[in-house]
Amino acid sequence: MAEDGREESVAADDDSQHTAEDGIHSLNNTMVEEGPTLLRRMEICVAEAEKRSGKNTVNMQETFTVYLIETRPMDALAEGRNPAPDSLWRRYSEFELLRNYLLVTFPYIVVPPLPEKRAEFVWHKLSADNMDPDFVERRRVGLENFLLRVASHPVLSNDKILHHFLTEEHGWKEVVYETGFQAKADSRLKALSATFRVRNPDKRFMDMKHYSDELQSHTSQLLRARARVADRLYGVYKVHGNYGRVFSEWSAIEKEMGDGLQSAGHHMDAYAASIDDILEEEEHYADQLKEYLFYAEALRAVCRKHELTQFELEMATQDLISKKQQHEELATGIVRTFSFKGMTNKLFGQEAPEQREARLKLLEELIEEGEEAVKDKTVECEEHVEKAWVDMQRFKEQKDKDLREALINYAVMQVSMCKKGIQMWSNAKECFLKM
Amino acid sequence: MVVQQRLLVVFTLRAAWKVQQHWAEVRLWRVSLFWLEISLKLHSLCGVFLGVSVNSSEFPSVFPPAACRLSACCWTEMSALFPAHLDLEEEEDLEVFSKKTSLTDGGPNSPSSMMNQYRLEAEEEEEEKEEKELFVTVDHPESHVTAIETFITYRVLTKTTRSDFDCSEFEVRRRYQDFLWLRSRLEENHPTLIVHPLPEKFVMKGMVERFNEDFIETRRRALQRFLSKISEHPLLSCSPHLKIFLTTQDLQSHKKQAPGFLTRVGETVRAVAHSVRGVRSRPEEFTLMQEYVEQFSSKISSVDKVTQRIIREQREYVDEMKQYSPPYSQWGGMEEALQLPLQEVAGCVQRCSTETQLQLQHLSTVLLPALHEYMLCADTLKAVMRRRDNIQAEYEARREAMEKRGDQEGEEVQALQEKVEVCNSSLQVDWSRWRSSMRTDLKTALLSTAESNLQHYEKCLAVWETFLLSQREEGSEQKEEEAP
Repeated sequence: MAEDGREESVAADDDSQHTAEDGIHSLNNTMVEEGPTLLRRMEICVAEAEKRSGKNTVNMQETFTVYLIETRPMDALAEGRNPAPDSLWRRYSEFELLRNYLLVTFPYIVVPPLPEKRAEFVWHKLSADNMDPDFVERRRVGLENFLLRVASHPVLSNDKILHHFLTEEHGWKEVVYETGFQAKADSRLKALSATFRVRNPDKRFMDMKHYSDELQSHTSQLLRARARVADRLYGVYKVHGNYGRVFSEWSAIEKEMGDGLQSAGHHMDAYAASIDDILEEEEHYADQLKEYLFYAEALRAVCRKHELTQFELEMATQDLISKKQQHEELATGIVRTFSFKGMTNKLFGQEAPEQREARLKLLEELIEEGEEAVKDKTVECEEHVEKAWVDMQRFKEQKDKDLREALINYAVMQVSMCKKGIQMWSNAKECFLKM
Repeated sequence: MVVQQRLLVVFTLRAAWKVQQHWAEVRLWRVSLFWLEISLKLHSLCGVFLGVSVNSSEFPSVFPPAACRLSACCWTEMSALFPAHLDLEEEEDLEVFSKKTSLTDGGPNSPSSMMNQYRLEAEEEEEEKEEKELFVTVDHPESHVTAIETFITYRVLTKTTRSDFDCSEFEVRRRYQDFLWLRSRLEENHPTLIVHPLPEKFVMKGMVERFNEDFIETRRRALQRFLSKISEHPLLSCSPHLKIFLTTQDLQSHKKQAPGFLTRVGETVRAVAHSVRGVRSRPEEFTLMQEYVEQFSSKISSVDKVTQRIIREQREYVDEMKQYSPPYSQWGGMEEALQLPLQEVAGCVQRCSTETQLQLQHLSTVLLPALHEYMLCADTLKAVMRRRDNIQAEYEARREAMEKRGDQEGEEVQALQEKVEVCNSSLQVDWSRWRSSMRTDLKTALLSTAESNLQHYEKCLAVWETFLLSQREEGSEQKEEEAP
């Protein structure tokens, strides 16, 4: 899945010959480094999960889960050494903070999503409790997946804050806040108004946005249907367990039929018990689908950012035009369009020449500023479009590959389930023959 | 009791006569098929006479003595089967039927071992239809509308090689009421034989309409089972009522000749009176039988309930499966590279849901009816045991009354005693037969269910493996494209 990173990086192998120390130094210093992604240099995994108690922000006692992140330098492993991993503990909220930082800092990247905060698409037996061990385990896998994806991304993997996250347990939060990323975040309101008022967004982005909406709707529909099917399948298997009890009781009163009935009953019990493992495995498939459900949101965020930059560009351009127009009117005296100034002039007479001069000068300054602004905005918009388009292509390829694999995995699970069923019923048939 | 052993021998010999392999052994007994048939008919006639004599108060002087003389005749003839030097123990009962015990220490050609061997083979050769001399099918349901009512009739087709039937083929139309009539006649004449139950009059739960197609089909199958069971039964298949049922075009006139309402009321009253009094000394084997019947009834009912629940759950599962395929294909519709795999998965899910539906149908049409049938059998068994008890109670009552009066000879009491013996022995024989038949039927139904489940999983396995194969081929094609 996240092994793309290794295949994608084109850089030469000399990087991997850095020693462990060099590797860590370079991680701390560099911000943008083309070439090999972090994953090539460092093995990352989320090894364990533990329950902790502590005081939260409102000074109340709470229980939460922390996850152990282990890292090891890749070259050390390549040389055959087996150093102890560096490790630190992180909470889910810290992962969230990291992701929010990445979202703001790299608005042109489709940032990998985190596993869900609360269990959704829950079917009957599955508990919606965040403390449930199965849920915690699946979340651990999801968090590891998140880190691997980020660390194998050509752009995201070189971020300093990410390296801090993986290597420095304490004081990381302060460092993140110090970057001031929260100030850079676009307000929801601004983004929403841009969506409605933008005039000429790039068509490709609009198509992508439309696609992300559909992706979200289809994956959530699929997840819901799957959960319901799982629920029913669970019911069918478990009811067969009753055969076990009833056959056993019946076998007690029969002479020739007794043995066959009783062993058949045992097999029915085993059949009923087999569904637990089967459905637990299927949850991993559901998690793969959920990842892309949340990815759709990230994709849409990139498109929204484009709408915003485009809108701001349009606004800046519009502003410049109107200022130039004002300047022209003031300079030539010709009023081309209806304006308040023109009206007041007609009603109250023209203003004094000194005032007019002052205003003309002000306008010229503003026009200069405005032209700068338009230039900047144009660059910002074009850069965003360029970088985002590259990343969206990367995302598309990754999505196609990952989801195809997920479907294959699902088919493999179904095959395994069928084989188990065949075995169970063959055994039951043998028992019935002995009756 | 030697009586049932003799009966058993006669049954066995008659059946053995049909199988060419055993002719040599049968000839050792020096009896003809004709004699065997006559003996059995005599025996059944005795039963009929006794039944009539108990029920009709009009000819007390005719039937009981006639019955007695007939039975004496019968037993005399049968005892001629057993030459003096053969040593038959009196205690041995129906253990003859079980594979583990044998009657005597006679050699491989002795009648006891031959009987055992025949029983073993008969159990395995259940399917052979050439041995059946009476073959009945029930089909072609048709609806009839009259001014008063609407009802369904079924075509009953009989094919037979039996000499007591005038032709070899008969075709009549019968309605459910006619089947009820036949069964009640059979039960009346053979109070302690196990007469296979009929499907219920109507099913209250689920409020199934009487003319619903599924209901009619289920009932038709059950009616055919009923007639098959009757025609396979060594005693019941010789019943005159069965013959009338299978052959007479106009059954209604025959029905009117049957023992009237009042006679039946009399019987019921007597039965109730005796059941209140209770049986003094029930033979142990019947107590054991009673216990088994109670337990069997409850167990089979549990199995039936579990099966019904499985069917319900599976139906809901199939419904959800049907909803599970469209999301895949809809999603595939808007994807490019993923379109094919998504559409294929949608297809796989749909095929699996179809297979599950088939498997569900199998459960409903094979396992559930079989279990239901045996639930009804359990009720029949309880009724048979009650009737047997009543017969014994009546005999005991009369005997006590006679002893109080000081009568030494009571032909009536003698007849009742014979009746008790006959009923007990026929029940014992039939009980074994029923046990064995139950085992076969339920084993077959359960095997069939296991097989259907197996096939279901195998088909689903094939569906998903085909998908995997196609994906692997695609994958290797892609790799070939990518390699420069």
